Amino acid sequence: MKFRTFKRHFREGSKNIWRNSWMTIASIGAVTTTLLLVGAFLALMLNLNHVADNLEEDVQIKVLVDLTADDKEIEAVGEQIKDIAEVDTVDFSTKEEELRSLVDSMGEEGGAWELYEQDNPLNNAYIVKTTDPQDTMKIAGEIEKIDKVEKVNYGQDVVQNLFQFNEYARNIGLVLIFALVFTAIFLISNTIKITIMARSKEIGIMKLVGATNWFIRWPFFVEGLLLGVLGSILPIIILLTGYYYLDNSTTALDQFSFMTLLDFHPFAWQLAGLILLIGAAIGVWGSVMSVRKFLKV
Amino acid sequence: MIVMQDIYKTYANGVTALNGINVNIDQGEFVYVVGPSGAGKSTFIKLIFQEVKPTKGSIMVNDKDLTTLKSKHIPFLRRDIGVVYQDFKLLPKFTVYENIAFALEVLEESPRNIRRRVMEVLDQVGLKNKARFIPDELSGGEQQRVSIARAIVNHPKLLIADEPTGNLDPETSWEIMRVLESINATGTTILMATHSKEIVNTIKKRVIAIEDGLIVRDEHRGEYGYEI
Ligand SMILES: Nc1ncnc2c1ncn2[C@@H]1O[C@H](COP(=O)(O)OP(=O)(O)O)[C@@H](O)[C@H]1O
Ligand SMILES: [Mg+2]
Repeated sequence: MKFRTFKRHFREGSKNIWRNSWMTIASIGAVTTTLLLVGAFLALMLNLNHVADNLEEDVQIKVLVDLTADDKEIEAVGEQIKDIAEVDTVDFSTKEEELRSLVDSMGEEGGAWELYEQDNPLNNAYIVKTTDPQDTMKIAGEIEKIDKVEKVNYGQDVVQNLFQFNEYARNIGLVLIFALVFTAIFLISNTIKITIMARSKEIGIMKLVGATNWFIRWPFFVEGLLLGVLGSILPIIILLTGYYYLDNSTTALDQFSFMTLLDFHPFAWQLAGLILLIGAAIGVWGSVMSVRKFLKV
Repeated sequence: MIVMQDIYKTYANGVTALNGINVNIDQGEFVYVVGPSGAGKSTFIKLIFQEVKPTKGSIMVNDKDLTTLKSKHIPFLRRDIGVVYQDFKLLPKFTVYENIAFALEVLEESPRNIRRRVMEVLDQVGLKNKARFIPDELSGGEQQRVSIARAIVNHPKLLIADEPTGNLDPETSWEIMRVLESINATGTTILMATHSKEIVNTIKKRVIAIEDGLIVRDEHRGEYGYEI
């Protein structure tokens, strides 16, 4: 294909947008509705994932070292923990530091605990983070077996429930996205079916004048692409604005440190790009479907 | 230019439209195809640009053997043949200019050549001032002239017309015939199916009469030969 023919197809595709104004409005409407739903849902999903990640990030194992352990044995415990492959970081916290953080966390009432500074009943501890939070339970079990380890704490019940919840959330999200995409496909293929009927005569005439199948197809692709792109404009504007306000507003949820939205920049732009891509893909896909069966003869 | 040998055509519904056609048409001829309704005139004409494929027999057009022509080569065959229909077959959303330019765009001509040539044929059929109109805004005769312009815009050696005056009033029909004659004068072969006794008997040309799928008469400077 010569370059000027490519330009011609692009020009024809754009003209078709005007020539078939009713079809254009219907198609753009379908694409817009779909993308708005998909976009809102993607934003929700990805943020839920983000919150889940935050929560998982916060999961840590506190290893209490036996009170009878001497300095050497304490060090040996640390070394053995570090030797476990899935362990990411190991921080030592002396019993004095443990007491301090306990006192701090108590606020006003913490004063009473200061009495214990002379005779500290707390254990020396290691704070362990795993490379993959999902490994927490397994690694906690291994650490428990190490000599001179008195106890291992990682919020057992909470962690298990959290992981369970996150997995549900992710799976339900995937299912919903698939459902949405199928609805979109149904919506758009119906719009296209109507378009085809309206255009079948036109395609027949083009073939009688000597157009090859590809010559007929190209402007349809361009038209589909443009419809997809045009259909993504409104959803992008709405989602960007909506997300901007949400990101900049304060809510009751802000008091939980893990309840943060993904940053507007770059997340919102990535989402916009993704919507544009999905729109273009839906448009091209639709036009491929629409011309396919009319080009057989 | 066109050679048919023992052509048979039976449609999928079992109707046999052509029953052994033998014909030889030379470059530059002007040929009328006449006969009663349902005789097989349209089928005969459609064979030439492969809108219909024969059940049996061989056809050569422009030295191409159509019986062995692959379907992906059909568009290229059609580019050498101009076709004019009774119902014009113009693209309804395209302007007059765009309808005609389309036939050159498929040839990947340069935009400058396309513009020059389209204006040339528009002048030839007398529609230079209607280039920006869409088909619905034109009279039947004007639409038919657009379709003739489209058919000849790429200088085909052969122009086929299936009852081109069938939907037009007598005066407009004569106008169309003058255009076709002028095209024939430049050396283009013309094959035209028609029901118009006046035209055939006035502008004398070769007449091929088809009845029940057979050529029953073939004479130069012939008469229409039927009472309507
Ligand atoms: N596409 C088709 N399918 C089935 N039968 C057809 C088709 N086209 C034409 N015929 C039949 O073939 C015969 C010849 O038709 P046609 O070539 O159109 O005749 P004419 O143009 O002389 O009126 C008629 O009986 C017609 O009904
Ligand atoms: Mg006919």
